[in-house]
Amino acid sequence: MKLTLGPILFYWSREAIIDFYADMATQPLDVIYLGETVCAKRRALSLDDWLGLARDLREACDAEVVVSGLALIEAASELSSLRRLCDNGDLLVEANDMAAVQFLSERKLPFVGGPSLNLYNAFAVAELMNAGMLRWVPPVECSQALLEHLQQQARDQALSLPELEVFAWGYLPLAYSARCFTARAENRPKDDCGFICQHYPEGIPLLTQEGQPLFTLNGIQTMSAGVCNLLAEYPKMRTMGVDALRLSPRATDMGEVIAQFQAVRQGQQPPVLVDGCNGYWHGQPGMLRVEEVGLC
Amino acid sequence: MQLVCPAGSLPALKAAVRQGADAVYTGFRDDTNARHFAGLNFTEKQLQSGLELIRREGRQLYIAVNTYALPDGWPRWQRAVDQAADLGVDALIAADPGVLAYASRRHPALRLHLSVQGSATNAAALTFYHERYGIQRAVLPRVLSLAQVRQVAAGSPVPIEVFAFGSLCIMAEGRCHLSSYVTGQSPNLCGVCSPASAVRWTQEPEALSSRLNEVLIDRYVEGEAAGYPTLCKGRFMVNGKRFHALEEPTSLNTLALIPELDAVGVVAVKVEGRQRSPAYVEQVARVWRQALDSYARAPDRFAVEAGWNQALASVSEGSQTTLGAYHRAWQ
Repeated sequence: MKLTLGPILFYWSREAIIDFYADMATQPLDVIYLGETVCAKRRALSLDDWLGLARDLREACDAEVVVSGLALIEAASELSSLRRLCDNGDLLVEANDMAAVQFLSERKLPFVGGPSLNLYNAFAVAELMNAGMLRWVPPVECSQALLEHLQQQARDQALSLPELEVFAWGYLPLAYSARCFTARAENRPKDDCGFICQHYPEGIPLLTQEGQPLFTLNGIQTMSAGVCNLLAEYPKMRTMGVDALRLSPRATDMGEVIAQFQAVRQGQQPPVLVDGCNGYWHGQPGMLRVEEVGLC
Repeated sequence: MQLVCPAGSLPALKAAVRQGADAVYTGFRDDTNARHFAGLNFTEKQLQSGLELIRREGRQLYIAVNTYALPDGWPRWQRAVDQAADLGVDALIAADPGVLAYASRRHPALRLHLSVQGSATNAAALTFYHERYGIQRAVLPRVLSLAQVRQVAAGSPVPIEVFAFGSLCIMAEGRCHLSSYVTGQSPNLCGVCSPASAVRWTQEPEALSSRLNEVLIDRYVEGEAAGYPTLCKGRFMVNGKRFHALEEPTSLNTLALIPELDAVGVVAVKVEGRQRSPAYVEQVARVWRQALDSYARAPDRFAVEAGWNQALASVSEGSQTTLGAYHRAWQ
């Protein structure tokens, strides 16, 4: 199974981003996705900087390098920037909005379908394959059972499926809004946000009034409070034919996380218990750690 | 502009028609539509009866088959599309590329509208659905400013419908997993957000608490209006402060924007609320009909009457209304 590194979902400084990828270039990763997927206002790197970094990274390591597009396209400027990303000429693109699918299919370019595209059944996946999708990251709420049913549906209908990449580790991206919740928490208007989210390299924790961590605010994106961790499911995922596991960047200790997945990939027994939530994979509320509540 | 009203039941459909809705949208009684609540929606017989009324009054009926088809439940979605086509409804509202593909190939004469669940917020995405499935209208998510609606409408291959009134989704519809993260049930797959079965109210010594699958959504002291415990409208702790971190419990009300919506080329305004009562539909449809007629009679002199807003406030969440994302401060 391939190990992939998803795009950075948080707003980090230019230096932090450059340092991070210098480190990632030395890791046992098969695919590295990069680019801004959450907020077009984030400008630590311009589109040309991202494309330049992607090409440098491709030279510096053996991993396939993919550039990821924005998930929620609202303004005309965002659409034209996405068009430029799709027109980059040599790098594979991850489409996170149907706009990217449209641009890429018009150009007859293959692409990766990201987790914010709504594809939940084999017919829908086949439609996107027809448009050029060669690898697919299902929505994070898809369970193992749903994906197995989808594989069965594809077999029954003689439909082929793209490579399957599962979101296996990191804060789950749960929702996108026009409103910036980080700016709101800081009492700033969105159009004068002052790039305040750069002060929160792993977002802002949102807790209930009883102190239970519930979500993570990350600009216009709402994420899980829990870090999803599917390392213990590795054998099942291999058996069912998952092609790749996505690890979503955090600000610290990514090397250690990659090492744990790499060790299991190389034959070490996966741990029975891991930190983090895995409810979605088991068809339960995503926030749960199912072993903990005895649902496994 | 066309007035499109919700109907979760036959009495609501009748109320909408009585008060002048140009079109009524509804769904079948299962998870193929995004308002899948107990006691809501239509049996085939009720729908037939509703359709007869619609035909008699010269209005239109739209059917929403707008959840995403589960792989092992595909025949349900297929059947829902076939039923809508057999009934001869005026449009099918759908979001799933698989469902849209099936509908466009199996029933080429069936008019297709892209559901708000399709989460298409730009002209390029709309072009995708238009070129591949021949959609003839699209409902925009409630996340765009007026200027952005104008841009989308100008570049779109199909006419645009927008939400005009009702409960406010602040997340891009179709891109929100908050409900499934906490309850296991999702709008995209089950047609429910913050399902009633997961809600629990508790009167505690100091406050009334609302919980969703045991997660505390809010606490209300005596005299405070309590809202339905939707995840995005609770009061939470962020950086040590307790507040509506995502959104206050308010309703969208765009009466004041009627001239602007018309000017940017919006062809239909949609009222949210298939889960609401026939009385709600009656009230909202009546006010919006009056407002649209008043605008049509004298566009230059259009002004929102105080009585309209009062009538709508009485059926709004927390009796508050907002312009939502149409308001500049959101962008």
